[in-house]
Amino acid sequence: MTKQAKIIEIVEKLSGKPLAVGPDESLFESEVLDSFALTDMVGALEKEFSIRIPDSDLTPRKFDSIARIEAYIESRS
Amino acid sequence: MAYLRAFGAYLPSRVVDNREIAAATGTDAEYILRASGIEQRRFAAPDESVRSLGIHAARNCLENAGLAARDIGLLLVSSSSAEHRFPGPASAIGAGLGVQGVPAIDLPIASAGSLFGMALAAHLSPVYGNVLVVASEVMSRVVKCHPAHRDTAVLFGDGAGACLVSSATGFAEIRDSLLASDGDFAAALRLDLDAPLYMDGRTIILQAARKIPRVIVELLERNRVKPWAVDAFLVHQANLNLITRVAQALAVPEDRFFRNIQRYGNTSSASLLIAAAEWSQQHPSPAAGPLIFAAFGAGLHWGALLATPQSFGPPL
Repeated sequence: MTKQAKIIEIVEKLSGKPLAVGPDESLFESEVLDSFALTDMVGALEKEFSIRIPDSDLTPRKFDSIARIEAYIESRS
Repeated sequence: MAYLRAFGAYLPSRVVDNREIAAATGTDAEYILRASGIEQRRFAAPDESVRSLGIHAARNCLENAGLAARDIGLLLVSSSSAEHRFPGPASAIGAGLGVQGVPAIDLPIASAGSLFGMALAAHLSPVYGNVLVVASEVMSRVVKCHPAHRDTAVLFGDGAGACLVSSATGFAEIRDSLLASDGDFAAALRLDLDAPLYMDGRTIILQAARKIPRVIVELLERNRVKPWAVDAFLVHQANLNLITRVAQALAVPEDRFFRNIQRYGNTSSASLLIAAAEWSQQHPSPAAGPLIFAAFGAGLHWGALLATPQSFGPPL
């Protein structure tokens, strides 16, 4: 499974529905994720990719779309 | 040593329910409840102020402590909604209590202000004796009830709380505290001059959901106390969903966290002490186990404080 597929799986699990937005579209503006689901997603990403996301990186912009999340995970790998 | 002797609170009488605030901000009452857990909040009357609310809470606290205002050695006042850039409300609250001459220090650090005040009071009480910590907020005047600002306008309410920290006696000893600040996120939650309160809610929730459990765990671990052994968690009432997340992160039952945000909304720095005052009223017998106080807010500032009943054992 690719990184992007794993990220989509996490997002779909948290939102409880199939992802209906493109990789560059905002997960917040499209109401796929709310603030608390974002918090849960950060924890799920850390677990799935065995990374530690520092507090300094905890800004919504880094996790606003599938593409941004993937880029961030790449940068941490 | 320093002890928690009493709490006090004051809430303005005007109740503003979600239907009223939803109509004023062009949002949905059910959404407010779902997103925050808030059902209603209190708004100060036009003739009320940070000063007047604070004086009411201070008097209530002194009465609960069985003390007179003249017994205070130091006054610490937290407010993020003070009417003037300076002087802050501390000296005016002191004058209102009739303790002119007693040092009165302002802590304008928003939501974590009362927690910082309690921690400072614990360190200062061996010198000043009885330290009265007051947190007073009129948040309804720093938010804007307008659709463009509805995300913040629906969250906040007015109120005041107080805590008497004594060097001599109390129902629980303040054992330890842990305070922290991080200015990298100062812009995420702020009240600029001549502008309504601004909050980047997603950033604040992200930061708070991680920092609050972590600071509590660090404080408990260094005092060799397990989270499940804590009798009550008294925390800043910012959002019911956030409190739920903190309880889950600590793996303790949610009902250990005292919650009154449903009735008062987020009263910034006052919320911790209003919650403590209500918890204290509902639990007139001394606490059986450790108490944790915790707060997080603009700055960013956050922290936790551990207090234990006298019966809990010798200092750790």
